[in-house]
Amino acid sequence: MTTSPLARRSGERLVSGWGRTTPSAATIVTVDDADAVTAAVRGAGRRGVLARGLGRSYGDAAQSGGGSLLDLGRLATIDLDTAGATVTTGAGVSLDTLLRVLVPAGFFVPVTPGTRMVSVGGAIAADVHGKNHHRDGTFGSHVLRMTVVDGRGEVVVLDPVTTPDRFWATVGGMGLTGVILDATFDLIPISSSLISVDTERGTDLDDVMDRMVARDDEYRYTVAWVDTAHPSGRGVLTRGDHAPADWLSGSAARDPLGFAPKPLATVPPLVPGGLVNPLTLRAFCEAWYRKAPRHRVGELQPLGTFFHPLDFLRDWNRGYGPGGFVQYQIAVPDGAADLVRLTLDRLRSIRAFSAVTVLKRFGAANPAPLSFPQPGWTLAVDVPAGVDGLAQVLDSLDERVVAAGGRLYLAKDSRMSPEMMAATYPRLAEWQRVRDDMDPHGVFTSDLARRLSL
Amino acid sequence: MMDALGEPQSVLVLGGSSEIALATVLALPRARLRRVVLAGRPSPALDEAATQLTSAAIAGVSTVGFDAADTASHGDVIGRVFDEGDVDLVIMAFGVLGDQAEAEADPDTAVAMATVNYTGAVSAGLRVAACLRAQGHGALVVLSSVAGQRARRSNFVYGSTKAGLDAFAQGLGDALHGSGARVLIVRPGFVRTRMTEGLEEVPLTIDPGDVAGIIVSALRKGRETVYAPGPLRYVMAGLKMVPRPVFRKLPI
Ligand SMILES: Cc1cc2nc3c(=O)[nH]c(=O)nc-3n(C[C@H](O)[C@H](O)[C@H](O)COP(=O)(O)OP(=O)(O)OC[C@H]3O[C@@H](n4cnc5c(N)ncnc54)[C@H](O)[C@@H]3O)c2cc1C
Ligand SMILES: NC(=O)c1ccc[n+]([C@@H]2O[C@H](COP(=O)([O-])OP(=O)(O)OC[C@H]3O[C@@H](n4cnc5c(N)ncnc54)[C@H](OP(=O)(O)O)[C@@H]3O)[C@@H](O)[C@H]2O)c1
Repeated sequence: MTTSPLARRSGERLVSGWGRTTPSAATIVTVDDADAVTAAVRGAGRRGVLARGLGRSYGDAAQSGGGSLLDLGRLATIDLDTAGATVTTGAGVSLDTLLRVLVPAGFFVPVTPGTRMVSVGGAIAADVHGKNHHRDGTFGSHVLRMTVVDGRGEVVVLDPVTTPDRFWATVGGMGLTGVILDATFDLIPISSSLISVDTERGTDLDDVMDRMVARDDEYRYTVAWVDTAHPSGRGVLTRGDHAPADWLSGSAARDPLGFAPKPLATVPPLVPGGLVNPLTLRAFCEAWYRKAPRHRVGELQPLGTFFHPLDFLRDWNRGYGPGGFVQYQIAVPDGAADLVRLTLDRLRSIRAFSAVTVLKRFGAANPAPLSFPQPGWTLAVDVPAGVDGLAQVLDSLDERVVAAGGRLYLAKDSRMSPEMMAATYPRLAEWQRVRDDMDPHGVFTSDLARRLSL
Repeated sequence: MMDALGEPQSVLVLGGSSEIALATVLALPRARLRRVVLAGRPSPALDEAATQLTSAAIAGVSTVGFDAADTASHGDVIGRVFDEGDVDLVIMAFGVLGDQAEAEADPDTAVAMATVNYTGAVSAGLRVAACLRAQGHGALVVLSSVAGQRARRSNFVYGSTKAGLDAFAQGLGDALHGSGARVLIVRPGFVRTRMTEGLEEVPLTIDPGDVAGIIVSALRKGRETVYAPGPLRYVMAGLKMVPRPVFRKLPI
């Protein structure tokens, strides 16, 4: 019997990023162990192989049309070394699962992004940052060792001391140097699961930014939310640190390390036009700003509330409707702080309001050639993809970002040009040399790699 | 790769000198466009089309030889284009209008029309579909025609080739559903191009640029079928209801 080239292959699925914009079909291969990964890499077809974590990157980083996507969810071991304050986990372990083990044992992950629903592999491959970047750097900076299957199908152990080139090419390497099987990384010891949070409002963007520059250094965790619908660029700063157990009272004091967050609601799969439109976004921004206290010190918040507020609404990305959305995240040096305002102004001019708007100061970069953070400011905005004129506005902002020596975050990107990639990641060629060494036959590829000619 | 805002990087036109296709390429967002392959029979018109795109500041324009009637060569030609890199958008625009009286007088002429418009499209369409399917993404735009919606006495040979093409493209679109690849069927009415030069214009006549605009917006919206201009949808729906004894007497 003839099999049609148009027939659906078994295990095949349409896959997209969190922004749900450009799905492509790939074969999902669930792997159980290192041998299965090795076999998948050695048996790779023309369209290649790629590890996929929990698909929380916004664009096309974790998809590969026509290729195989390795689901590493079963690489789920968690091995905690309490004395050394380190943990070794399978790459498929989510930070959500991990924190449910770590927090009650008195530890926190060294870095967490704005959602717990990311895998350890994804956190390393994108070299994610959190609210403590100015102090603690990225996730990759805390990795002591990792086991990786390279493009030849060989299992190698990488660490920053004995194999620095390959280690740092894999940190931030977006899955293109190898499949991470497991990793060992540092933990932050904590004595409670609460964060002591100081909240203040900034009346306009300058005020917000001034306040961040003035006192961010006093806090381990800092971030600001900016009102994109309001011309002033007013915002809310939240900054804090792990609260010591002896600050707790009442029921919290009886179970200082308690941690059992639950998602509350799910956005239904079919939201025809999208819940999110200029009207609802404006209303949301107004309410969010009003809800924040003008100034409050030492409020004790659960970890989930402080770090992962979006996780309370499962599948919230569906709220943007079938057209999906893009996240535009820039990093610019201090000298180009005006780009933050320019970005907000230009987006407001086309009524591209964003609910999830994060402004943060970055600290020093790490040695990974493709790591995103660099000292200065980072701004992230979510915008529905269907907004008229969005492509032109973002392209014009891109030019300013390039000129300012800034860059876009690969884990969020879904639309940058290959020229911008090369211009803003000046160590791309260096990374490519190591990548070619680790993957001489070009087994690892992704839609992002194709789009950006990586 | 098509980006999140619908900007393609690579385009293949089968029937590379088609005025409608050329207008469509010019109407595409071009900020990310880096490769346009015009596949057609070598001719000054084909070279002229490439020059026109290049002078519109579109990068990476090239031509390759492609004859719709030479189906045995399709596999190679199309395969090579895809081997050089993913193709985000394929526009299948080749076609001949021919002359109905001539076709009736010389059935070989009619066969030649059918070979290009239908047989050639089946051959090229299946090969393109397999390539899009294999890369897991991409769109195929098929230039059908309202003439295929109901056979008319005055041009039923052409009409029947487009009817066959249209049915083929519908099935192909369904076969590709959920594969990441998709088919957009375009059904223009009367478009002012060299194909219709010298023919008497009818109501709702439009220019290639109008068709182009409709195609680009339909691609962005993920539509499966569009008429050009849009209101022809209702005209055709009406015409399909007309009983045959009446229809054959209509002056169309
Ligand atoms: C609500 C929300 C908030 C976010 N906040 C932040 C934030 O504050 N800071 C931040 O930095 N990021 C943030 N992100 C982005 C997110 O942290 C990254 O995209 C992260 O990579 C997602 O992990 P994942 O497991 O879902 O990986 P995926 O999205 O599935 O994959 C991301 C990349 O990692 C690669 N990869 C995954 N697993 C492996 C592996 N085992 N081996 C090799 N490569 C692998 C993939 O190939 C792909 O290139 C946020 C995302 C969301 C949805
Ligand atoms: N114009 C209209 O009113 C109208 C209406 C409905 C549908 N359409 C359809 O739209 C499509 C484009 O037409 P158009 O208006 O743009 O006219 P056009 O400019 O004449 O384009 C037709 C194209 O088909 C090509 N072609 C013909 N025979 C070929 C062959 N054997 N091999 C390869 N290419 C061949 C021609 O190339 P050569 O230069 O080599 O001949 C030309 O590029 C056609 O399919 C047509 O049927 C047109």
